[in-house]
Formats: sequence, C-alpha cells, structure tokens
Amino acid sequence: MPGYSDPGFDTLALHAGAAPDPATGARAVPIHLTTSFVFESSDHAASLFNLERAGHVYSRISNPTNAVLEQRVSALEGGIGAIATASGQAALHLSIATLMGAGSHIVASTALYGGSQNLLHYTLRRFGIDTTFVKPGDIAGWRAAVRPNTKLFFGETVGNPGLDVLDIAAVSGIAHDAGVPLLVDSTLTSPWLIKPLDHGADLVYHSATKFLSGHGTVIGGIVVDGGSFDWEKSGKFAELTEAYDGFHNMVFSEESTVGAFLLRARREGLRDFGACMSPHTAWLILQGIETLPLRMARHMSNTEKVVDFLASHPFVSRVGHPLLESHPSHALARQLLPRGAGSVFSFDLKGSRAQGKAFVESLKVFSHLANVGDCRSLVIHPASTTHFRMTDEALLDAGITQGTIRLSIGLEDPDDLIDDLKRALKAAEKAGA
Amino acid sequence: MYLTVNGHTTYCYTSGKAFDAAKPTVVFIHGVLNDHSVWILQTRYFAHHGWNVLAPDLPGHCKSAGEAPQSVEEAAAFITALLDALGVQKAALVGHSFGSLIALALAGSAPGRVSQLVMVGTAVPMKVSPALLELSLNQPLKAIDMVNVFSHSMLAPPPSSLGPGTWLYGSSRALMKRVLASDPAGRIFHTGFKACNDYSGGEAAMERAACEVLFILGSNDQMTTPRAAQSIVSKAKRGKVVTLEAGHSLMLEAPEGVLFAMKDFLRP
Repeated sequence: MPGYSDPGFDTLALHAGAAPDPATGARAVPIHLTTSFVFESSDHAASLFNLERAGHVYSRISNPTNAVLEQRVSALEGGIGAIATASGQAALHLSIATLMGAGSHIVASTALYGGSQNLLHYTLRRFGIDTTFVKPGDIAGWRAAVRPNTKLFFGETVGNPGLDVLDIAAVSGIAHDAGVPLLVDSTLTSPWLIKPLDHGADLVYHSATKFLSGHGTVIGGIVVDGGSFDWEKSGKFAELTEAYDGFHNMVFSEESTVGAFLLRARREGLRDFGACMSPHTAWLILQGIETLPLRMARHMSNTEKVVDFLASHPFVSRVGHPLLESHPSHALARQLLPRGAGSVFSFDLKGSRAQGKAFVESLKVFSHLANVGDCRSLVIHPASTTHFRMTDEALLDAGITQGTIRLSIGLEDPDDLIDDLKRALKAAEKAGA
Repeated sequence: MYLTVNGHTTYCYTSGKAFDAAKPTVVFIHGVLNDHSVWILQTRYFAHHGWNVLAPDLPGHCKSAGEAPQSVEEAAAFITALLDALGVQKAALVGHSFGSLIALALAGSAPGRVSQLVMVGTAVPMKVSPALLELSLNQPLKAIDMVNVFSHSMLAPPPSSLGPGTWLYGSSRALMKRVLASDPAGRIFHTGFKACNDYSGGEAAMERAACEVLFILGSNDQMTTPRAAQSIVSKAKRGKVVTLEAGHSLMLEAPEGVLFAMKDFLRP
C-alpha cells in the first residue's frame, strides 16, 4: 500500500504490477503459459474485443505475466504504460510502425546499435521511410535535419560505440519544436541510471535482453510511453488522431488523452506484426528486474575500478568511458548520469588486429561473445568479429581501430576482473613481439 | 463530437456514436484536473449497450474551450446547457469526485431532468485542506504529485484504461499535467479544488433530488473517504451504496466493479 509519496525505485522494482495471486496465494508472479483466456459470456467476449472492458483475450495481444512486466518497467521509467515485445528490435520497429508509414522521415543519432542502424539505413528505406543521421552532439544538425515529413527523433542515452551521451533535453526541445516526439533507446543505462522521460523524451525502449534481464538468458524488448506528447496538437499523426478503419473506426486520441500511442501499438502493432513476448520470457525478465538496483550499483562500482586500471595501463592507448575527463561527454554524463554512464565501453590496445585477437583469447573470466549487460563480464574484438568485413579505413570511420576491444563489465570480484585483464594485456603485448 | 455550449466549443465523447434521440442518455462528469478519458471503459460499454453517452470535457479542460467553472453550481448549469443543446429533457448523471457534486447540484436544482444519479468517490461537504488549496495554486505540479499518491491505493492494478500493462500512477499523473497545461493561466487545478471546497449546497440538493442514487465508494479512498460520504448517503431517500476495494481513482483501479455497479443500477 502506498504511503504519502511515490514508492521508491527499489520498492517498485519488486512490487510494481504484482500482488499475491488471488486464486492461489502465490507470492511470486505466476507464469501464465496459455494462448487464450475463457470468456464469461458472449457479451463479455464482445466487450473485450471492443475495448469496453479491459482484460486478456489472446497472448499475442496481452498476457497477465507480460502485463506485470509492462507495469513494472512503466513504473521504473515514470511512464503511463508499456508493451513487451519479442526483442529490443521489435520494440523499435513497433514504435516506428505505429507512428508512420511510407513517405515519412526520421532524424536519428549516428551513434546507434548496429541493428538499429541497419533497420533505419537499409530496411525501412525499402518500405519508404527515410532517415537522416546526425551526430548526437550536433545540436544544430538535429534542427537542420527536420523535413516537413519528419515524424520522429531517435537516439540512445549513451550511443554506440563511443558512449556519446545524448543531451535529451536539448534534442527533445528541437523535436517538440518540430511537432514530433523523441524516442530513446535506454538499453545500456536502464532506468536505474537515467529516466529519459524525466528529461523530455516521449517514448523509451529497452532491449530487455540486457540489463533488465541481466542474466543473459532471454531475448525481449519493451517500449514505454511517457504520455506527455500531444498528438492532436502536433497535427502530424493521423494514425492516432483520425478514425482508424482497421479497429472499429476508433480515434485513439479521443479514447485516451494521454495513451493514444499505446492503444494503437497494441491493437494494431501486436495484432498485425505479432512480435509479442513469451510469458516465460517476461517472467525471467521480472526476476532480473527484482535485483536491478543491486546489480546496477555493482556494475557501476566494478566499471569504475576497471576503467581506472585500463586508463593507467601502458599498453592501452584510449579508454572510451565518460568517467574520464578526456571523454567528450564527461561533463554531460556527470549532469545526466550521476550514478554512472553504464558498464559497456570500449578501449584501444596499442597493437595490431592479431594482438587484439590474442588479448581476447587470453581472457579467462571475461566471456567472448556478442552480447552486453550480462551479470558475467563479456568481451568482443570488433575488428575480428562484428566488423571483420570492414576495411581499415571504414573501421576508423566507425571509431574502431585494429586494437579496439569492447567490454561489458559484470558482477564478479573486481580484483579478478583486473587480474584477468592484466594477464591478457601481457599476452597481447607478447603477441606483437 | 464537438458542439457549442454557452457560446463555447465543447468536446463531448460519445464513443464515436451519433446522438440518437430515441435512446436514453447518460452523462459522465469528470473530476478536478481530469477529462472525459477517465471514463474510457465505462463510457464505451454504455455507448455500445443501448445508451447515448455524453462525456464532456468541462469548459477550459483539454478539448473544451471557455473558462473553467468557478463553482459547482456554474458547472451544473453547464451540464444543463449541454443537455439543452442536444434537446435532452432527462438523463442519468454519473459523476466522479467534483463531478459527483456537479451531478448532485443538477439533481437538486432540476429534479425533473435527472432520471438516476451515480456518485463515484464522493463526500459532502468535500473539504480540501488549506495547504493543498494553496499548493494547487502556487505549486500545481507538486500538488499533482501529492493528489496522485492520495488517489491511488494499489501497486498492482487490474487491466485498466489502456488495457493490460497500464501503470495508473503514471497515466493519472500524465493526464493531470495535460489538463493543467490546457489552461494558460495555470489556475484550473486551484479553481476546481476551490469549487469543491466552497460547495455548501450538497445536503439541500440531495433533499430536493427526486431520483434514485447510487454511491460507489472506494474502501481505500484517501481523498474522499467512505466515512466522509456517510452524511450524504444518509440524506438520500432512495440510496444504494456499493463499496469497492480501490482508492479515489475507482474507475481506473476497479473498472469492472464500477461497471457492474452501474450496469445493475442504471435503467433505460
């Protein structure tokens, strides 16, 4: 039961959306592995389909376990509601597909996860949605990129791969001047480090696969609506403000003054595109969120120690973390991310591609794989894996050198992480001899 | 739909249905710093089950132009004018909080025009603490946070206004901020609270009201406690009370319970 102020973050991480199960008394969230839900009567069925009553019909559209996750992440982000999706990419696609169609335009940060960049640069262009990319810190560039058909601004809280911190207030201000919302990918920060909606973002999404889940077990995504963007005032979103033949001629912005986006995203996007989350996945992500505050605190303290170690190592030429004064986003990170700018970052070895490989292969505690945000520490050498087809010149354009290493700092004993890195750095040095 | 009431453009939610003079009419009246959308589920249900639904945004609130009503009586006169504009002689009235006082005032001043009365989350008198009155004027965002906490009673609400996955603390706060922003002077919050606080005609209105009255109360309501409703309940000649496990935002925290209570009560 709430008291006289909003429940705190740690309380919400455990309790938002979940109460003891009224049917069984189960204290943990039950996993509702069922496709469908029995109607009480024909009238009940018709009322559910026509949004006269709220409830579950079919698990592609909604599910009780997923609903707990949606309420919980909404609570942690300060939103009005959320939709859980099959992956972070599905959350991004659902957001875009709800707001626009062919002939629309997006202004996006250049500092994006590769999958997002692919979606915007290649795939959506095939469907008639064009994107202009702007360096996240180029505030004038965001404004200059706006076109009459622009429907969305999009960036990451800390951009890939250099951890450029997005000035959410400044960028959202320009978006709002243009009558469009700002969508923010907060995967690498989680709501424990920053709540983008508090800074002016309108929609926020996560690859819940990463820190929200935290254990490297499931793929999932979630998009949260802040309820702050006025779709009618904008005048650019007929999808939300005019009668929709595809759903009972509903005018979503009339049904809900603040929730039109979520209404259409669930009733159209989940229904038609179908990228829903499994209830079992939702349950595993909920398990992760219950310890999110504890894990994030440890991720941050371990990261600080590892960054300090690497920054003073003679075989390391650069550490790309905003903790360091040398990082271009250092000041902005201190302002927007006082608890830390995340535990995923890259650094450069003073060495060749072969030395980079030697470094990765010498690590014992860090796991060599293509993921981040696990409780275990992870490593990847982009030049020999994710970016191996790129020429040296193209790599440099992407901010990647032959010796660039990406780390995701986990929850192990920090001394063991540093010992592991120390040993691998020595091996890399020897490999160049 | 949009129509002109008292010379001002007025928005009235009807669930997309055209007004049909052959059907009975039910009017849903929202509370302070709310709008028609707090009734999203209940209004859709009645609109698709044989009723004309009129859920206006009160003047000065969101989609409706004009000055926000300065008193309960002024707001009741607006509802009368709305009925006149559509040629409705008699309607059932449903009101939440401030809206329940508006409905009561109309039932008292024009008993022949109100077929049935539903008062949701109500208390008469509806006193607002001096501190909250002052806060609503000078620090409305802080007052919104306070009222929002007082208005909700559960961290795990059932599927609600936006369906499963709705976070009511967030959606109610966002709506209040949106309504506040619809008044350039930023006084709409205080105006509503002051109207509630100043209204002294409730008991007399109930004595004059001729219709049946349904009270839907929240057992965990901290804004208008069930105890604070007892006085007006006792004055109702044909009153019925349904108490639900919910806070002040009953329509959102107990949407099914509110719907069932109204379904059982309202007759065409």
